[in-house]
Amino acid sequence: MLSLIDRRMGIFLAGLFVLTVAVPVGNLALDGQPVPSYIVALLGKYLCYALLAVALDLVWGYCGILSLGHGAFFALGGYAMGMHLMREIGPRGVYANPLLPDFMVFLNWDSLPWYWLGFDMFGFALLMALAVPGLLAFVFGWFAFRSRVTGVYLSIITQAMTYALMLAFFRNEMGFGGYNGLTDFKDVLGFSLQADTTRAGLFVLSALALAAGLLVAKAITSSKLGKVLIAIRDAESRTRFIGYRVEEYKLFVFVVSAMMAGLAGALYVPQVGIINPGEFSPANSIGIVIWVALGGRGTLVGAAMGAIIVGFAQTLFTSWFPELWLFALGGLFVFVTIFLPQGVLGLIESRLGRKPPPAPAPEEASA
Amino acid sequence: MSVQLLLDGVNRSFDGFKAINDLSLTVEKGELRAIIGPNGAGKTTMMDIITGKTRPDTGKVLWNQSVDLTRSDEAGTARLGIGRKFQKPTVFETQTVEDNIALSLKEDRSVWATLFYRRSAEDSARIAELLALVKLDHVAGWMAGDLSHGQKQWLEIGMLLAQDPELLLVDEPAAGMTDAETMRTAELLRQIAGKHTVIVVEHDMDFVRALGCRVTVLHQGHVLAEGSLDHVSANEQVIEVYLGR
Ligand SMILES: Nc1ncnc2c1ncn2[C@@H]1O[C@H](COP(=O)(O)OP(=O)(O)OP(=O)(O)O)[C@@H](O)[C@H]1O
Ligand SMILES: [Mg+2]
Repeated sequence: MLSLIDRRMGIFLAGLFVLTVAVPVGNLALDGQPVPSYIVALLGKYLCYALLAVALDLVWGYCGILSLGHGAFFALGGYAMGMHLMREIGPRGVYANPLLPDFMVFLNWDSLPWYWLGFDMFGFALLMALAVPGLLAFVFGWFAFRSRVTGVYLSIITQAMTYALMLAFFRNEMGFGGYNGLTDFKDVLGFSLQADTTRAGLFVLSALALAAGLLVAKAITSSKLGKVLIAIRDAESRTRFIGYRVEEYKLFVFVVSAMMAGLAGALYVPQVGIINPGEFSPANSIGIVIWVALGGRGTLVGAAMGAIIVGFAQTLFTSWFPELWLFALGGLFVFVTIFLPQGVLGLIESRLGRKPPPAPAPEEASA
Repeated sequence: MSVQLLLDGVNRSFDGFKAINDLSLTVEKGELRAIIGPNGAGKTTMMDIITGKTRPDTGKVLWNQSVDLTRSDEAGTARLGIGRKFQKPTVFETQTVEDNIALSLKEDRSVWATLFYRRSAEDSARIAELLALVKLDHVAGWMAGDLSHGQKQWLEIGMLLAQDPELLLVDEPAAGMTDAETMRTAELLRQIAGKHTVIVVEHDMDFVRALGCRVTVLHQGHVLAEGSLDHVSANEQVIEVYLGR
């Protein structure tokens, strides 16, 4: 376990630990509240993004699978948690129906759809937040990887997958709240979502999940399996001729990554208080790729940093010049691609005189 | 001696062009066989068919007289014990020379076994032995991408040996090697033969002569002649299409 923590990982985890202690203390224990509550929620959100970025880096950075649909796994995890939070509202909704969420009463439904059963239990919802994205990734990957869809074609069908889900979730008949999604949550496990202590707790949980996600990803990539993944990324055909069933390896890492993204979504929703079909939008999934590229593809820690940096930049930018944010993001991406092929982490490490990680081979190499 | 590999009446065309045309070939267990022939004769395509990369349109490909190789994919044929070195050397460029060998070692290839694999002392010794054999022990920690063309050839040969296959398919191993290295490769392949079956494709006639084995001449996807090098060199058709160029 300790052997997984190299210098890069150690520094990041140490920083994360400091944050995990300082933020709740600054928010809850110190006079004058040096860390305001909205900052706690904001940071918690970034940590969920960071976990999502690590999930994408695992498949893209290490196995060359450029998924442009990872937002879908995140959103599904978010919906699973959102469904639990809806059921937690119980009779406190506007229509005071003890069983049905408000939007179902509004649509004149008289019973809970079967797929909403069990979500009154937190444990079940959490399980689903992992299992549903995992299952989708399994089914999707099973077909895609066996038919050897790679490169741009794979990226396009992942993008189509999240787009199709977005359209489906927009429909009221789907039973997930349609356009408005799920919102107006009250509490989780009996703790009010409005309370500072709950928010601090969710923040700490997000930090722990990020640390755990990083360590799991590091364990996978440091194992022999991780070397096989890199082999697949750089020379897929060669890997087959050595006797590795490439599709099985891709499927494994894709499912693990989807579950990690689902967990990130499940932690994200109680902190932002809403989940709607917009989370499935193709642009979101492309955004994740930008975080990873910016932070440093194939480094895990860099991916997490990329998500946090872009998250901060977005928050600042959208409060100053909201209409310019997408241009700024696009510009940043172009800049990083051209001038910082190793991402921000690569830049920092080369400044500190350490050898950058071996660059992933160009995409074409895996064709 | 028993038959290791049998091709019988194999055909394969690409967009109407017959790359492999009624090809029949028998290779004995432990045999060393050289395949020569002009560019485009179908030598590489033949290896693609044996390893399951390309499916023949018609014809039989039998392994150990029983297993139908046309039903097997690349990983499947590799697991049966068929190893391959490519014409253009392909190694894992962003990984170390040592890891390239380690990845190729004959081990359980399943996802779980690979995830929880721990390198044994025995494996380490085997890796060191192979690195020394292909004379790359002094660059074991280098990224494979930093090797010269000739060194990559050697690394790929090392990876092939690490798999400990029953049959080695070796496509133009001497390209990019110095004369001395070429002779060393021929020597190495001769040593391996007997314990393993080896099929070598090569254009370099000195190399083929050094192998001192049975030679098959391929032309337009078909066997033109077969026998000792002297025997096929005397064949007029062979001289016309290949040697006399
Ligand atoms: N996948 C493919 N699609 C289309 N044509 C192909 C394919 N594979 C091989 N060919 C064609 O089949 C013919 C035989 O090619 P092959 O590579 O087997 O020749 P070779 O004997 O290995 O030649 P060389 O000595 O140049 O390596 C060539 O004309 C080639 O263009
Ligand atoms: Mg060839």
